[in-house]
Amino acid sequence: MEFSLTSEQLMVQRMVRDFAQKEAAPRIKELDRDQRADPGLIQRMGALGLLGICLPVRYGGQGLDYISLGLVCEELEYVDSSLRVVLSVHLGLNSLGLLQWGSEAQKLRYLVPQATGEKVAGFALTEPGAGSDVAGLASTARPVDGGYQLQGEKTWISLAGLADHVLWFARTATEAADPHQALTAFILETDRPGVQRGDLHGKLGIRAGSTGWLACDQVFVPVENRLGEEGEGFRIAMACLDGGRYTVASGAAGLIRACLDASVRYAQERRVFGKPLAEVQLIEQKIAGMAQAHAIARLLYLQAGWMKNQGLRNTRETSMAKWYATEAAFACASQAVQVHGAYGYSDEYDVERFLRNARGAMIYEGTSEIHTLIQAGYALGARVDTPLRCELPAYDPAVWSAPGSD
Amino acid sequence: MAAKVFVYLDHFNGQILPASLETIGAAKTAAAALGSPLAALVVGPEAQSVAIQAIQHGADEAWVADAAELKDFRAEAYATVVSKALKDAGAEVFMLPATSRTRELAAMVAVDLATGVAPDVVAFEVKDGKLLATRPVYAGKLMTKVMMPQALPQILLIRGRVFPRPEPDAARSGPVNKLDAAVGTVKSEVLGYKPSDGGVSLTDAGVIVSGGRGVSNNPSLTPPAEITDEREKEIWRAQKGFELVRQLAAVLGGAVGASRAAVDAGYVPYSFQVGQTGKVVSPDLYIACGVSGAIQHLAGMRTSKTIVAINKDSEAPIFKVARFGVVGDLYEVLPALAKELGSRLGK
Amino acid sequence: MNIVVCVKQTPDTAATVTVQDGKVSWGDAPLVINPWDEFAVEQALRTKEAHGGKVTALSLGPEAAKEALKHALAMGCDEAVLVSDPAISAPDSLVVSTVLAAAIAKLGEVDLVFFGRQAVDSDTGLTGAQVARRLGWPSLSLAAAVTALDPGAKTITVARMLDEGRQEVKAPLPAVVSVTKEICEPRYPSFMGIRKASKAPIPVWSLAEIGISAAPQSVLTWPEVFAPPKIETQCEIVAGDSAVAKAAALAARLIEEKVI
Repeated sequence: MEFSLTSEQLMVQRMVRDFAQKEAAPRIKELDRDQRADPGLIQRMGALGLLGICLPVRYGGQGLDYISLGLVCEELEYVDSSLRVVLSVHLGLNSLGLLQWGSEAQKLRYLVPQATGEKVAGFALTEPGAGSDVAGLASTARPVDGGYQLQGEKTWISLAGLADHVLWFARTATEAADPHQALTAFILETDRPGVQRGDLHGKLGIRAGSTGWLACDQVFVPVENRLGEEGEGFRIAMACLDGGRYTVASGAAGLIRACLDASVRYAQERRVFGKPLAEVQLIEQKIAGMAQAHAIARLLYLQAGWMKNQGLRNTRETSMAKWYATEAAFACASQAVQVHGAYGYSDEYDVERFLRNARGAMIYEGTSEIHTLIQAGYALGARVDTPLRCELPAYDPAVWSAPGSD
Repeated sequence: MAAKVFVYLDHFNGQILPASLETIGAAKTAAAALGSPLAALVVGPEAQSVAIQAIQHGADEAWVADAAELKDFRAEAYATVVSKALKDAGAEVFMLPATSRTRELAAMVAVDLATGVAPDVVAFEVKDGKLLATRPVYAGKLMTKVMMPQALPQILLIRGRVFPRPEPDAARSGPVNKLDAAVGTVKSEVLGYKPSDGGVSLTDAGVIVSGGRGVSNNPSLTPPAEITDEREKEIWRAQKGFELVRQLAAVLGGAVGASRAAVDAGYVPYSFQVGQTGKVVSPDLYIACGVSGAIQHLAGMRTSKTIVAINKDSEAPIFKVARFGVVGDLYEVLPALAKELGSRLGK
Repeated sequence: MNIVVCVKQTPDTAATVTVQDGKVSWGDAPLVINPWDEFAVEQALRTKEAHGGKVTALSLGPEAAKEALKHALAMGCDEAVLVSDPAISAPDSLVVSTVLAAAIAKLGEVDLVFFGRQAVDSDTGLTGAQVARRLGWPSLSLAAAVTALDPGAKTITVARMLDEGRQEVKAPLPAVVSVTKEICEPRYPSFMGIRKASKAPIPVWSLAEIGISAAPQSVLTWPEVFAPPKIETQCEIVAGDSAVAKAAALAARLIEEKVI
């Protein structure tokens, strides 16, 4: 088993760390305070190739592997969760979903501009009345001549106001016996007539991120825009979540590291009772806990990334990584605030932002409760993965770096 | 007895650099310890008058070279002259002030004479007839004592404002000899020169007032409506802040400096940067305004005689090295301080 | 144009550097390309982009220094060469310049060599000028801008940052240019560059291969390394009810203590 990162992966990690430190870090506090996302940062990420980092070159991507995606997310979230959220929805959920389920025509038409950052992508699954209960979503897609008519509302959608394309999930079969067979996935361009959207503010965290709602009022999409088969929507959504959750897990490892580094820095400078805070044992305990959490979170996501590289089904491992890392990140952020004392309670330091950001990840991309049930299911044998009609392709450096045919 | 200790006098536009005089003092100590007279080397226009000043400041003799090819300082030409002079004399020690010219000059002389250079020397001792020179490495995080066990001459670049300037004695005199000024064709030529935007040079200044990232921190300042880009608004505010820094510097007759953060943010040009990757300074008074005090900056001004910090953040690291501190808004403190000092100093 | 850029691998500047058993230690901080050299690489690449040709990155160091060369390749250099020989240990600038000059001579028909201003570990800033001296080429140090470059007429003009101001110097090619940070903003390595760089073969030349039979010896030694003495200051926070009051109190103290 090879546990070290390759020279290539280390270079990727360093480059993203540099970019995030130089171009994002100086602006984050101000953006977070103003509850404002900066589309310019997303453009920069696109221009540098981050939005297509693990996509094949022939689809506009950078030809790197799935572990590199994880490393990128870890470095972005080290600076702020909002940066990693862009990758989660644009690449983890939407683009990898297209890579797995899209027809060649759909990949050329939608995936390529997404990979280059020319178009911004989102993922529209959650509704005002349906979060964990995906199968219970209410949006409909009524078959009409040449396509479908979409009707419904989605909420808590990251990049809602900025996305050019979203994956939209709706109920096509109202009379299906099994609600899990009733959903269908669509590629929706947000400039189609009848699409409305708006921003949502007032979130506890990820305030430098763009979050909003999308509504379709009798929106026509041609049949070419249907992703996969009718009734495959639930399975597609779950497969997309394997991608999204992976980015959340790797990002959370970055958040844990940020809490650790901030706590170490502060504890070494601050003095109490005549010695550095870092020499107080109860503070050492907190810092040790963060180091432990980072080690575990990191190994879990790297394993999931490795499995993706091998073309192995990784729903279980990705879910475990996301569940662990997000819970640990919140705990570490809380401890980091405590290490900073009253300063941790003020936005003069970063740790209160880490805490607010960490809380969201325990809710989205599968609540901790959902993941608990998933893991129990696997452990008790009640949940078994069966092969999917389309699988996420294993990483092959030659295939990934082969140029496209013009 | 023939001089074995040589000191290079750096001069520019007819002016002898203060650091050159300090280096005479340093070299004199080495010469005394080694039982040698001190010889000054002067190359370029007005070498003769510079040589006389060198002797007045403590050199025992001087060697000069002035020719048409030496009109502008070009390291390759000057090095040829200097290397020959040092070789002919069998020099054992060669000290130069650390300036933007001398590093290149010393580097080339070292190649000519197959010897070493210790740049940025802040102290030295003589041990068993050899110099042990103290200099910073790793951006000032560590210090080393270096020596050249065999190579001669031992070349040291002496950092400015560290060694005391000797008092000149107008009555002092000594021989001024001519050097072989043949340099052959010099490949490069100086096309022109533009002095920096006035004011006191940072490296020579006795007083420096510096602005940091905090200089743009004044939300109540509203930029004109035409400026819409956030970064440009920030730079506009920063420039208002730097105006206050400039005013205080003017009252004190000092230079304006900046932290790396301020330079990187585009508030002022790089020539203002104080720090390990900017200019290393050692004024009598260093007033840091809105400067947090990152290690990199501290490495550049740590040895200032008195440091005053003005910052909104009471936890800023700069307060750990400052002798006096004011926790407050520099937008209010600076004008008040300039006014107060101005009236007290009768300006 | 045949362009060479010399790079060095150094510890990350963010590393905590300490002295352990009389030797310098940077713990487990990574080794990176000397930050000043990134500016040199960028300028070399821009020169090639403007005038055509190729850029070769060159370094003297242990096998691990290949990572610094890979960074240069990932930024866009065409080739990279490492000179490495067990006979070289703790080289001073005299040794480094001897080796680099020989390697540049071996590369042959080089028009322009770029250096970063100094290495962030030894901080000497001598190597560029020394390589130039050995090759008999003009040295243009502290270059803040290349204001003109004529490959046909074989001339280059740079603006140099002196303490006192800005100087324009013109020189014939081939020449050695050492750059400051003002010259340009280094690009990030591209991902395509990273992929190519990780696979690129980097030849390693021994001293014998660059025509040096006897390993040059350092003339400068570091008998002592130590942490700078901590300057203990007790900061006197000047109190006052208002900014104006604080300023007045500070002014009084400064004059009292004869600081002004």
